[in-house]
Amino acid sequence: MTPHDLLTVSNFSVSYDVTPPVEAVRDVSLTVRRGEILGLAGESGCGKTTLAYGIQRLLKPPAVITSGSAVFHDESGEDIDINTMDDSQMRAFRWEKASMVFQGAMNALNPIINIGAQLQDVFSTHRPAMTRAERKLESGRLLDLVGVGSERLRSYPHELSGGMRQRVMIAMALALKPQLMIMDEPTTALDVLVQREILEQISDLREEFGFSVIFITHDLPLLLEISDRIAVMREGRIVEIDSARNLYRNPQNDYTRRLLASFPSLTGERGGFVRGTAETAPTTDATDAGGAF
Amino acid sequence: MRFFLRRTAFYAFTAWAAITINFFLPRMMKGDPVSAYLQKNQGRISPEAIDSLRTLFGLDSDKSLLEQYIDYWQLLFSGDLGRSFSKGLAPVTDVIASAIPWTVGLVGIATVISFVVGTSIGAFIGWRRGSKADGIVPVATFFSTVPYFWMGLIAIAIFSTTLGWFPASHAYDKGTQPSFTLEFAGQVILHGFLPALTLVIGSLGGWILGMRNMMITVLDEDYVTVAQAKGLRPSRVLVNYAARNASLPQLSSFAMSLGFIVGGTLVMELVFSYPGAGKLLLDATTAKDYPLMQGLFLVITLTVLVANILADVAYAILDPRTRQMEA
Amino acid sequence: MTTLEFKNVTKKYRVRGSGELLALDKVNFTLTSGQTIALVGQSGSGKSTIAKILTQLERVSSGEVLLDGTPIPTWGRPLRRYRQTVRMVFQDPFASLNPAHTIRHHIERPLRLDRVVPSDQVEEEVFRLLTRVRLSPEQTIDRRPHELSGGQRQRVAIARALASRPALLIADEPVSMLDVSIRLEVLNLLAELQREANLGVLYITHDLATARHFSDEIMVLHHGTVVEHGTADEVILHPKHEYTLALRNASPDPEKHFASPTTTPGANS
Repeated sequence: MTPHDLLTVSNFSVSYDVTPPVEAVRDVSLTVRRGEILGLAGESGCGKTTLAYGIQRLLKPPAVITSGSAVFHDESGEDIDINTMDDSQMRAFRWEKASMVFQGAMNALNPIINIGAQLQDVFSTHRPAMTRAERKLESGRLLDLVGVGSERLRSYPHELSGGMRQRVMIAMALALKPQLMIMDEPTTALDVLVQREILEQISDLREEFGFSVIFITHDLPLLLEISDRIAVMREGRIVEIDSARNLYRNPQNDYTRRLLASFPSLTGERGGFVRGTAETAPTTDATDAGGAF
Repeated sequence: MRFFLRRTAFYAFTAWAAITINFFLPRMMKGDPVSAYLQKNQGRISPEAIDSLRTLFGLDSDKSLLEQYIDYWQLLFSGDLGRSFSKGLAPVTDVIASAIPWTVGLVGIATVISFVVGTSIGAFIGWRRGSKADGIVPVATFFSTVPYFWMGLIAIAIFSTTLGWFPASHAYDKGTQPSFTLEFAGQVILHGFLPALTLVIGSLGGWILGMRNMMITVLDEDYVTVAQAKGLRPSRVLVNYAARNASLPQLSSFAMSLGFIVGGTLVMELVFSYPGAGKLLLDATTAKDYPLMQGLFLVITLTVLVANILADVAYAILDPRTRQMEA
Repeated sequence: MTTLEFKNVTKKYRVRGSGELLALDKVNFTLTSGQTIALVGQSGSGKSTIAKILTQLERVSSGEVLLDGTPIPTWGRPLRRYRQTVRMVFQDPFASLNPAHTIRHHIERPLRLDRVVPSDQVEEEVFRLLTRVRLSPEQTIDRRPHELSGGQRQRVAIARALASRPALLIADEPVSMLDVSIRLEVLNLLAELQREANLGVLYITHDLATARHFSDEIMVLHHGTVVEHGTADEVILHPKHEYTLALRNASPDPEKHFASPTTTPGANS
């Protein structure tokens, strides 16, 4: 552990206590450095979301953390072991030190309370000294910061577009200026243009406030463009972790290569892709046993 | 605003339709229950009373249908629903007016209490799923399935006959004149306690179960996880995020049950000899008191309508999405 | 050779309270057998409306849709024949197959309804079709959809679409709901089948990269209008319309990103 590390995850395992038990996360170890964007790539079911929930202790039964630890190295110098905190310590930790932007903002926002109130209750819980007027002002400022505008404080979630809702989620996650933001597929359901705007926004905010990001998605090209380092997950394990550039140029693991090959290059060569002319694909890495998938 | 206007127009139309159907019903019935009665009691009814009865029951066939219809509306606006045959020719409106407050008062309050208590318990049980609190559910369900009259009689047997805490019947002490005094209020409360208690216990199970199931569904929603991730206090998550959303469907059920207040608690009124509208309707039917019956039907219909309006308004206030859908 | 033409097609929807929504505005294109066209657009662009019109779930407000020169039929046997000729593969492999029926049933049905082969050859044809989409017939034919993976289900959907030997195939986001690592193979399969059967394919997608490599031509749809239409390389590498340019620049392109010597890790291009 160096002073540059923000979060150290060691031998973390999560399983679902059903019959037969499902090991969703197997012996995962990684570190997140201060100020970096760590991409967490993988397909559905690989355990990336479970890992993200697990290190914040947001898992619900039947999911259980079976082993390992996640230690948060606070900027004050204190080391916080997430597993050992009691409920009220955990509540104080949440959102203050690490916050999360959830997938699918339509379901992630309370449909019957306006977004101003949902921003403000973060303050009323974590900053009890703030007055009502101060809370309102700060919430408005947050909305301005993410480009939604403080005039939308009294809007309801269903009155906003998908992109705006996602920005509200980001504003909410930013409210207490945490040191770590975990983003779970934050742009997946959005148009590619809106997606680019939001990613730029995240980048700008990160430069301004210096937080680290764990960015979870299956969209590898996206991660390659925005991450410092990328961890590839498969079936609960991390199969490869390296800088974005190295991962792209020199992937070590077969699965990483396969994943990379699944995304044809926009402006470059065809790669493993067959066009509708009399060409054959270069020998693909994928085993094509009929009916295997 | 548009939403409310649309809804008002809708309800106005429904009310009009109900009243118009009420107009046509006796005119479509075979036979004529009223003429015979009128004949028999020629001397005892005033000419105005005879006229209004004729209008209400379609006996004024000497006039055109449109004229009859207009007369009918005029009667209604002047509050004249005819005369009750079985109540000594007293105006139907008076007869109904003497019974309605008891029904609406007692049953209304019981329903509200049952809803509030049941929903709160259901919310709590849903929140603490899997704990010992779940044990309340079978108990409450048991009381819902017990025949009401049995429960009422047991209540009387225990609390009234044996313990002597509460009177066993009627809405107030015999011989007392209803008045707005504290003493009278005290009598009303004492007399109303057992009926209300048995009503509440009997219907609690439904509310608890309904709310608990909704809570379990809502607790799985993402926004509840987000609320917890934000580090909010559990009480806040329970109330503002979970319970508020879960209680929305409960409200619709509540509205429906409000509609059943008038006339829906006949058994209670029989067991406790409570002077409510249910018993009134039963008596009227037995005595073939058509004016009273017709009057009661109209009142019941309108009450259900009002209950629905209230529920709609409450729902629109609590769920902002409804407002948008109608806009 | 079969040709499908959209001629000046406009589609308006009536929206309660506030008038009309212009979903498509004078859209023109031609799809011929043997040709692949990608229809690229974001949500709200009108691409699903085009798919609905092609499958006769919606009617045009004005303009014409012509199959081999005649307007597409709206009822009876001519409509049936149209549906045999123009088939669709849907986006959601979970929703497009009936969970109550076996795979055999799914493939047999169009074969029998359209009388593609005589009844004694139906079973054989089902086997052939399943093999063609690289599924093992013995292992899948008696299964139900929920027993198969997403990729397998989509292959069944493709086999089903090909059963009636259509001339044209409409593929509406055929891989966007599949796991990333199998998308390429399903697209490659589609490309292969297109080549073999000389199908005309309309590939509807929001993903520029696969659009470029899968099809000969690309049409870019924006708010119901075709803002650009050209060969795939032309449209992506030398876009003429600013919207296309914006789309292209917004799409992640690691190759370009890492080729630039001034790129610092973590910054956007």
